Amino acid sequence: MNLFGGAFAWILDPAHWSAGPDISGHLLEHLAVSGLCVLIAVAIALPIGIGIGHSGRGRGAAILISNIARALPTLGLLSILILLFGIGLLPITVVLVILAIPPMLAGAYAGVESVDRQTIDAARALGMTEWQIVLRVEIPLALPLLIGGLRATALQVIATLGIASAFAFGGLGIYLINGLAQADFVQLLAGAILITALALVVDGLLAAVQRLVVPHGVALGRSNPNDPQKRARAPRPRAVQEGMQS
Amino acid sequence: MIEFREVSKTYPDGTRAVEDFSLVIPARRITVLVGSSGSGKTTLMRMINRMVDPSSGTVEIDGRDISKIEPVRLRRGIGYVMQNSGLLPHRTVAENIATVPRLSGVSRADARKRALAMMDTVGLVRTLADRYPSQLSGGQQQRVGVARGLAIDPNILLMDEPFSAVDPIVRAELQQEVLRLQKELAKTIVFVSHDIDEAFLLGDEVVVLEQGGRIVQQGAPEQILAEPANDFVATFIGADRGKRRLTISDAASRGDDRVLVDAGGYPVGVIAAPGGRLAVGHPSPKSRSISNKTDQAGDA
Repeated sequence: MNLFGGAFAWILDPAHWSAGPDISGHLLEHLAVSGLCVLIAVAIALPIGIGIGHSGRGRGAAILISNIARALPTLGLLSILILLFGIGLLPITVVLVILAIPPMLAGAYAGVESVDRQTIDAARALGMTEWQIVLRVEIPLALPLLIGGLRATALQVIATLGIASAFAFGGLGIYLINGLAQADFVQLLAGAILITALALVVDGLLAAVQRLVVPHGVALGRSNPNDPQKRARAPRPRAVQEGMQS
Repeated sequence: MIEFREVSKTYPDGTRAVEDFSLVIPARRITVLVGSSGSGKTTLMRMINRMVDPSSGTVEIDGRDISKIEPVRLRRGIGYVMQNSGLLPHRTVAENIATVPRLSGVSRADARKRALAMMDTVGLVRTLADRYPSQLSGGQQQRVGVARGLAIDPNILLMDEPFSAVDPIVRAELQQEVLRLQKELAKTIVFVSHDIDEAFLLGDEVVVLEQGGRIVQQGAPEQILAEPANDFVATFIGADRGKRRLTISDAASRGDDRVLVDAGGYPVGVIAAPGGRLAVGHPSPKSRSISNKTDQAGDA
């Protein structure tokens, strides 16, 4: 307990929030680089995953590549890339993007695949083009699972970015590396707590988003359809607004 | 008029769903394709809006080969009602009905107006307009499906076993609704069903299909009932089981009335029999239907 108390005291120490590269600076750096990696991973994996889910093709290849990417030892890969490209943001970004693609890809194709085939068949029979089916039917209905993939991706990246500090990168991992090097376990634990807290906060925010994006009609369907009160209730204002928008 | 010319469909795995099928579907009438599963009836219907393309042969609508028409454009001009309504769960009733008009460029306000008018047509109260499909009963969902199919006022309406998933009472209601709508709108309706009673009730023309889309018999319900083409049709319409043979039940009869029962023992009508004797040979025996079974059976 002493150690934990020490770690929290260390985090709350004003000295660690004001001078030079302080906690807030490392926090921002950690967040910015994580965000960049997640963004790149989403830009790559989301269209591919949606394409796989929509067409039903390439699923086997995606799983194979995902499994290989997951099996790559992050630290080893990072070391090799740093030897090749030198110390800098590039190798770190590459490694984290490779790590971040599998969960995003899985979320994207699982999400689109989860949409009822009959609903898609009906949309097509009504005369929607394939793009309209993707944009107006599959993505809105897959959104909760897409955000789920994003959550897993963000969590993975934020947690793993810590090791990058071993290679002259700032970020919150610096406290782990310094703590280890100086046998300063209070600092080490403080760093671990900070990374964990950041991961939890981001995950919590995305969880809230995930709940918000469940389409209204789908959310109603999940609750008891025989609940007479629910049936008799007037549509919520949000539903009416949506009706006017689309 | 829809015409199938020597149409075949073979799937990549070698399954032959339809073989050498030719049929003319008359305009402004209800044609029911009826058959058990594997008869290719749904495949045939889906060829009309190019959800399935034939491996060989052509399908023509009013003399135009539809393989020359872009599928999306073709589909937007043909109403489609499917088995489990196929409504978009994230859109309200009015939005669902307005889907095709919106795709065709109708403004939001006009599409909504039209959707509300369609709700009146199919017997849905307007207060349901902003509900979601999950908040409706199965019968209401099917009505929304029909309204959506009719929203662009298509000449052709395809109905793929639309009432097979609702309970018998609601089904009978919806079937009457289709007959009422047809009297009003006179569309070319192609209706797929596995239920011969439904086929006889709704169809101006009934096409009985066997495995591989082979037409066993085609004609008005009365014709098929009067002269089943072969044993297959006789079995399918239940003639051999005496399902449609009526007998007089003494137990249930009272006074001057005699109760008719079908083979299942269900009362289907009453015949007046003054003095306990049936007016045999009477040109028009006074009879009253007490269930809709007689309407459906046609030959009762």
